[in-house]
Amino acid sequence: MLLAAVAFALYPVLWVVALAFSSHQTPEPRLLPLPEGPTLAHVREVVGAGRHLADGQEQWLFGRQLLNSLAVSTAAAVVGILIAIPAAYALARFTFVGKRAGVSALLATQMFPAVASAIPLYIVLDALHLLDSRMGLVLCYSTTSVPFAIFQLRAAFEAIPVDLEEAAMVDGATRFEAFIRVVLPAARPAIAVTALFAFMSAYNEFILAATLLGKEEMFTLPVVLQRYIGEHDANWPAFAAGALLVSAPVMALFYWAQRHLVAGLTAGAVKG
Amino acid sequence: MLAARLLAFGVATFALLVSTLAGASPVRLWHAYRGEEQRALEALVASGAAGEVELLAVPSDAFAAKLGAAIPLGEGPDLFIDAHERLGDYVRQGLVAELPFDPAAFAPSAVRGVTLAGRTYGIPLSRKCVALYVNRDLVLSHPEWLEDLASSVRSPLASGYVLLAYENRSAYYHAPWLTAFGGELLAEGDRFGFVGERAERSLELAKNWLDRGWVPSNADGALVAQLFRSGRAAFAISGPWLAGDLHSESLRYDVVPLPKVRVTGLVMRPMLTIEAVMASPRGARRPEALKLATWLASREAAGERMRRAHVVSARTDVELPADPVLRGFSAAADSAVPMPTSTAMRAVWEPSEKAIRKVLNGTLDPRSALREAQRRFDDVRRPPPPPASRTPLVIAIGAALIAAALALVRRARDPVFRAEVRASVPAYRYVIHAALVLVLLVFGPLCAGAAISLTAGRPGDSVYVGLANFWAILSARGGPLFASGSFYCVLAVTVAWTLLNVACHLALGLTLGVLLSRPVLRMKAVYRVLLILPWAVPSYVTALAWKGMFHRQFGAVTALLLRARAFGVDVEPIDWFARFSTAFAANVATNVWLGFPFMMVVTMAAMTSLPREVLEAAEVDGATRWQRFTKIVVPLVRPSMIPAVALGAVWTFNMFNVVFLVSGGEPDGQTDILVSEAYRWAFTRQAQYGYAAAYSVLIFGLLFGATRLSDWFRRKAPL
Repeated sequence: MLLAAVAFALYPVLWVVALAFSSHQTPEPRLLPLPEGPTLAHVREVVGAGRHLADGQEQWLFGRQLLNSLAVSTAAAVVGILIAIPAAYALARFTFVGKRAGVSALLATQMFPAVASAIPLYIVLDALHLLDSRMGLVLCYSTTSVPFAIFQLRAAFEAIPVDLEEAAMVDGATRFEAFIRVVLPAARPAIAVTALFAFMSAYNEFILAATLLGKEEMFTLPVVLQRYIGEHDANWPAFAAGALLVSAPVMALFYWAQRHLVAGLTAGAVKG
Repeated sequence: MLAARLLAFGVATFALLVSTLAGASPVRLWHAYRGEEQRALEALVASGAAGEVELLAVPSDAFAAKLGAAIPLGEGPDLFIDAHERLGDYVRQGLVAELPFDPAAFAPSAVRGVTLAGRTYGIPLSRKCVALYVNRDLVLSHPEWLEDLASSVRSPLASGYVLLAYENRSAYYHAPWLTAFGGELLAEGDRFGFVGERAERSLELAKNWLDRGWVPSNADGALVAQLFRSGRAAFAISGPWLAGDLHSESLRYDVVPLPKVRVTGLVMRPMLTIEAVMASPRGARRPEALKLATWLASREAAGERMRRAHVVSARTDVELPADPVLRGFSAAADSAVPMPTSTAMRAVWEPSEKAIRKVLNGTLDPRSALREAQRRFDDVRRPPPPPASRTPLVIAIGAALIAAALALVRRARDPVFRAEVRASVPAYRYVIHAALVLVLLVFGPLCAGAAISLTAGRPGDSVYVGLANFWAILSARGGPLFASGSFYCVLAVTVAWTLLNVACHLALGLTLGVLLSRPVLRMKAVYRVLLILPWAVPSYVTALAWKGMFHRQFGAVTALLLRARAFGVDVEPIDWFARFSTAFAANVATNVWLGFPFMMVVTMAAMTSLPREVLEAAEVDGATRWQRFTKIVVPLVRPSMIPAVALGAVWTFNMFNVVFLVSGGEPDGQTDILVSEAYRWAFTRQAQYGYAAAYSVLIFGLLFGATRLSDWFRRKAPL
């Protein structure tokens, strides 16, 4: 069962791999995605991408853009989670006026197709003087991931028994301390998954980044990758190579995050 | 008081300083060039002959949107390089300023291309059009007539080879076939030209070539390039971009203008794109920007560009290098017809391509297909609804505000409510920052976007029309309510699409998530990481990999079917995108693949909160694996899964990428969902943003209604 699923998950990716490492392509119906004339040329092309400067020097940009992507997405995930955690906690534990309206409004944000808000966002960021800055992008991404994060974390907080906090509060902790010391550690798996999600959605976003950023040294990788697709033609092998490179950090991150998915954390804590 | 004055003075001085500095800032030039052309431009700019320049290479997908966002705010470029056919839109939106130049040294067609209503908006740089590529290893002589292509091949072509590779389903590539019969896509007076006897004959000829197996079916640009590059096509119709790909190959080939068609004696004339350097309103006021524009279009720069990037110059006074490919394209450009700049052209492509596809698929005869295309064109082009009075809107908003204020006052007097609010204060401390940020950056822009739905017309000259857009959508634009492409029909497809996808995501994600959470599983981390691959690799490229797998002639699924035939299973390769059922299945397969890892990961997170004792106790009590799954696991993870499922459903409902990239709405827009319809109204059908926004608001309303309904059901009958 698992092996079949892995095959299903891997097969299309292998086509991308074959495309990225082929030096030429013969159009033929083939079952096995093997690269033809294996080459690293496309990878080199993507990694070595840069631009000419006025003094005739070549400026290397890929590394910088990779860092941009990682920094922006990490910051967006952290900021998004930090905004979402207290709000989700309040939704899970308090009753307050406007709670239901707030939840509906939160869900509603996910329903409006995002394409429509690019230009208004541009105007807002222009007013805040955050165009052309990584800050602006972080702000946009973190807020777009907040609604999902709140929902996910709220469910996680609700799954944590109230007894835990009450026990801590009986022991003299304030509500806030109980929240930080007891609830947050217990919600670790959900936080890891939510952070991963926030990271991913920021990491792969292209339209906003392309619209808001006006300097190549600020570009994130999806914008750079999209540059391989022209109006009439596309450099698919380079795009594929780039896509694989882009996904490598995500895999590494997930490898790290999945260790937090350890079953039975809360169960043990209740008993103790 | 004095301090305030000093401050004001300081601010004014600072502003002045900034504006003077801005005057000395480098000229900003945006372009979408890639490869050789990008390097040629960079080298030209780096030579420093035209002062300090800040170049920005923008993805071509985002180019127009970026200009539209930036220039009105004065943030955009001073100059940009783009194709002349967008000028109609740009002029209307005020993105481009008049740019006079001396036309004497330029090709007349190029000058005509950048001229609108007697004014020139941009200096032409290069001319691009398609031409005939000839593989010298397979072809004996350059045929003058299209009909002689088959007989000019050295020996009969083996299987796997094609005579002529071109994108026969694209209107851009069909245009030369049409001109060979004396037709044109857009007729004078912005009328639909792709109709009538000439158009029908051109389609019959294209269909005939496909039926003879001379032309590959469902070819896109990548396939044409692959066929010609690997030496499997005797001829290809493509533009200079293909030649850029062929440098490294040992292929011997020529480029010549397109042939003549014997039945009419007319030459196949391709569409000509003129790339020009254009000035934004700000750039047009800066002398150094104008100097750069003039220099980029100068003879010296044109020669340099021709030498480095092998593109045909828009100037006629540049000596052509000995490069035979460049000479071929230059000759082709001389006979090409400039693409119309009229905004009506934008409404031509979609109906034309639908008609071409229907004829090539054999689902409709040319005459009916083209008449349908004309109806579609006329429908999209019909005049916007008349401006409506704003009074009802003002009254409605006013009434809503007064009602809200009254309700607020009444509640504020209610002591119970005041006590409740006071009790809520601690909770507000936890949510206030999230609320602020969301209002500013999410709700604000969304409401601004939604407000557009009350307007009609293109950006620049839109008018308030009240609810006319909604009425037009909900009444299926006056046509039959359940015709293909009507709101209700698309809605049904969208609902089916959402249900099917979410069910598959959930089934697959839940199963795998549970399997991967077993404590005893070996190499758990490896499985987990491999299984999130579909989520990790950017979906743009994987969606296209899926599309490639479904290709009728060369896809992996076809290879699988062929392999099955060897085992006695009699199956024919299927044209996946010719029928609704198979095209829809291909979309769903792709989207299930893309989406299951998300559900899987959410399940794994939810599984961590399961008390292990309960599971162990059930195992001890002799519950089967299935019983444990349905009776214990599912009810326990349900609360933490519900938000993911709800949001997953909403996202799938709005999953634009897969539909757009895999089936592209084929056949005939039947697999389009509401979002991709909205996208088409915004970007391919005359930029009717108001209409597209109305679609978005309707999508929002539907989803909101659906969630409220499901909430209500859940409260009434908790499962």
